[in-house]
Amino acid sequence: MSQLVFDPSKVMTIDYTQRTEYLDGLEAIKAAHKVLKEITYTPSLPDKGYTNRTLYVNVGSLEIKEKPVTQQMKDVFIGGRGFGLYHLWNAVKPTTRWNDPENEIIISPGPVSGITQYAGTGKSLVVSLSPQTEIPIDSNVGGFYGPLLKFSGFDALELQGKSDKDIILFIDGVKGIIRIEEAPTDPVDSHVLAEILTHMYAENEADLPNISVVSTGAAAEHSLIGMLNFSFYDRRRKCVRFKQAGRGGIGSVFRNKRIRALVVRGPKVAGDLNHPADPETIAKTGIKYHKEIRENDGSQCMMRRNGTAHIVEIMDAYDLLPVHNFQYGSHPDTHKIDSSYWQQRCTQHTVDGCWYGCSMACAKGADGLVLRTGPYKGDMVTVDGPEYENAAGLGSNCGVFDPDYLLELNFYCDTYGICTITYGTLTAFVMECYQRGILDKQRTGGLEMTWGNAEADLEMMHQMARGEGFGKIAGMGVKRMKEYFIRNGYGDPQLINDIGMENKGLEYSQYMSKESLAQQGGYALTNKGPQHDEAWLIFMDMVNKQLPTFEDKAEALYYFPLFRTWFGLNGFCKLPWNDVVPANNSSQPEAHKVPEHVQNYVDLFTATTGIQITKEDLIVQSAKVYNFQRVFNIRMGKGLRLHDAAPYRSLGPVTKEEYESRAERYDKQIVDEMGLDPKGKGTEEKMALHREWRTGRFSQLMDAVYTRRGWTLDGVPTLERLKELGLDAFPEVVEVVKQHL
Amino acid sequence: MKQLVIDFQKCDAGRNCNHECELECAIKVFKVDDPAQAALQIKAYEDGGGHAVLCDQCGDCVVVCPSEALKRNKLGVVMINKTVCVGCYMCIGFCEKDAFMRNSDWITPHKCTSCGICVKVCPHGALAIVDVPEPAVRII
Repeated sequence: MSQLVFDPSKVMTIDYTQRTEYLDGLEAIKAAHKVLKEITYTPSLPDKGYTNRTLYVNVGSLEIKEKPVTQQMKDVFIGGRGFGLYHLWNAVKPTTRWNDPENEIIISPGPVSGITQYAGTGKSLVVSLSPQTEIPIDSNVGGFYGPLLKFSGFDALELQGKSDKDIILFIDGVKGIIRIEEAPTDPVDSHVLAEILTHMYAENEADLPNISVVSTGAAAEHSLIGMLNFSFYDRRRKCVRFKQAGRGGIGSVFRNKRIRALVVRGPKVAGDLNHPADPETIAKTGIKYHKEIRENDGSQCMMRRNGTAHIVEIMDAYDLLPVHNFQYGSHPDTHKIDSSYWQQRCTQHTVDGCWYGCSMACAKGADGLVLRTGPYKGDMVTVDGPEYENAAGLGSNCGVFDPDYLLELNFYCDTYGICTITYGTLTAFVMECYQRGILDKQRTGGLEMTWGNAEADLEMMHQMARGEGFGKIAGMGVKRMKEYFIRNGYGDPQLINDIGMENKGLEYSQYMSKESLAQQGGYALTNKGPQHDEAWLIFMDMVNKQLPTFEDKAEALYYFPLFRTWFGLNGFCKLPWNDVVPANNSSQPEAHKVPEHVQNYVDLFTATTGIQITKEDLIVQSAKVYNFQRVFNIRMGKGLRLHDAAPYRSLGPVTKEEYESRAERYDKQIVDEMGLDPKGKGTEEKMALHREWRTGRFSQLMDAVYTRRGWTLDGVPTLERLKELGLDAFPEVVEVVKQHL
Repeated sequence: MKQLVIDFQKCDAGRNCNHECELECAIKVFKVDDPAQAALQIKAYEDGGGHAVLCDQCGDCVVVCPSEALKRNKLGVVMINKTVCVGCYMCIGFCEKDAFMRNSDWITPHKCTSCGICVKVCPHGALAIVDVPEPAVRII
């Protein structure tokens, strides 16, 4: 595989300022708003990264109150995902379900979030009880809402209760006003709603970048896979764009509470609003990183040209790109949706980045797409991305290799408010069920869900948004579809369970893990279900070959989930950590950890908060929250070894076609790994050998990882581990664990 | 566009002057009595000759600025709007000539604006403001 070279002359000429506008109805929509509750408060800026208060809003009772941030909250939970889990624990009971009023959505940016000098420092962490997994989910999202919330005076926003009418929560961090408004005629879908609200709440054109809107769309109302769009105003395109809190269905909780949108109006952003303890160190660290991107991105990743889609062709070359519901790892048509195409199709003559100072700038945009289907047919829109996950999930995994259709699927997922990763994986499952006769045209209500049929794919999504037909069934997600298909006798239960790519109720993200034991664990041995937030190990395992032994893989599944959790405690993006790396990184000890960047993060935390930490302290900070979350899962009825089980498709070949397509590899493993002779054995016999070997190896991995994590072999954190981390200060946490020891 | 240029046939890199150019820039433009804060920096090489760090108004910083704080004025000179700047320092990190600068006391960065103050005080007449075509906008 040769290094792709960017050729500016091949970039498509598209006027990136042109798109359909939706502002016509603004005045009428605004006039229909009715104030249900309004309070005033004193805005304040953070001190050393913290405002030292959070905001609680009950959308049912309309109660609005401030809460102090305690020293214990900072010491144990740091911020971001930690604050979210802390508030959620206090809000719910073991019997609480996702659609109960006491379930909360918590948004918290973390202490470092909002600095403008380093890449990837504008993140918000969103936490809620997931409709899909029924345990806490957390999602790391860009856009401006989190930083502007903090600069308006709050380290976190807790949303509880259920409204009986559609409402908008508006926080004016300049004037010190918090208002709950009834929003009876506001549009539903994000690309229309956020554009209208951004212009409605901005005081003038210069104020537009100071507004951020959190919203979802029509499909979130009729499915369990809803996500939240966090907006940011793109000054050059002069349009509202989004980043997504995608995983786990938080958008469905949002609409179940009948929240139409959250709007914040923050002060004009400047480089010192976070009031760090040591701005000089932050400035120097940020400039050093910007230079590194300038010098290395073009030869390492081209994130600035391609965004995360730069790895499509790498995954294909290493047989890791999910194709046809994770059956295969490559496809002859991948070149149609790899980065050589996206760097021509995405606008390059502009600045991308979902928060100020992100020199990595992966938030690419494809402009000028004229929609071919659905309620916005004929409209010209800007599509975010496509990110790698979308190209792989909506594309290769479903056999869709038409880039315009892929963009349209991406667009509608976004505006309808559903997770692209989840939708990709569940659609791939539907298509494989269709291929194998588990589904047919009658059972899908006429949808011909064959591989690559993008029109049927889109129609299923439109049905999901309308809450009708097979789209509504698909919107339950893979876990519930599996149960539904088995209950109705649609096919062999084992096959359905083997090919349904979910764990804990969450769909797998878009990497083929069959040959990567590290990634198998990285997906299944997670707190919140299979995603690549906790342990994206496939690249270091399969491409960079940095985890050669079983022990290396087990150790990686101790270290990296903790290291990566830390990003979510502080409001960092993970991508600037190990996509582009220092030129000398490969010669450094523990190169897979990117030691210079780890030190950057240690320095940024200390420079922001004034609290001296080391790289070892960083891991301890994460371990407190990670183990707290594990106990939280157990408290909610999951979080044990049986819940970490992986669908066999993620471990090995389920079908004869899969085996025979890579027979040479699999036969060799029978010789090398099992010490047996494949000659004379039939495919099914060899598949059985593989299943025994692969599931046994995965079970051994569980033992090794749990032991490293300080958990019992049933996956329960030991009392010693809790004490070591100081979590024994929380009697409720200890009580949960005691019941399982 | 207006561009500050230096002629090292005339400039002796401070060997026989007092860095008047830097000092004048620091005092008149940035109101500080510290030549290290000037928007141009003349460095002498040990083995003779010298090197100048100065902005040639190439415009790369305009391309990477996320807040549109950097724009060309009617003379083609890249100017910073400090009220719009968010202090991200991408302009500094992406400047291949290291001509975008900052100091610890200011949150916003600074650079040469081809004002010509330094030209007037150079004892060797080594500095000049010239008019050159604007380069094409690059994809950075």
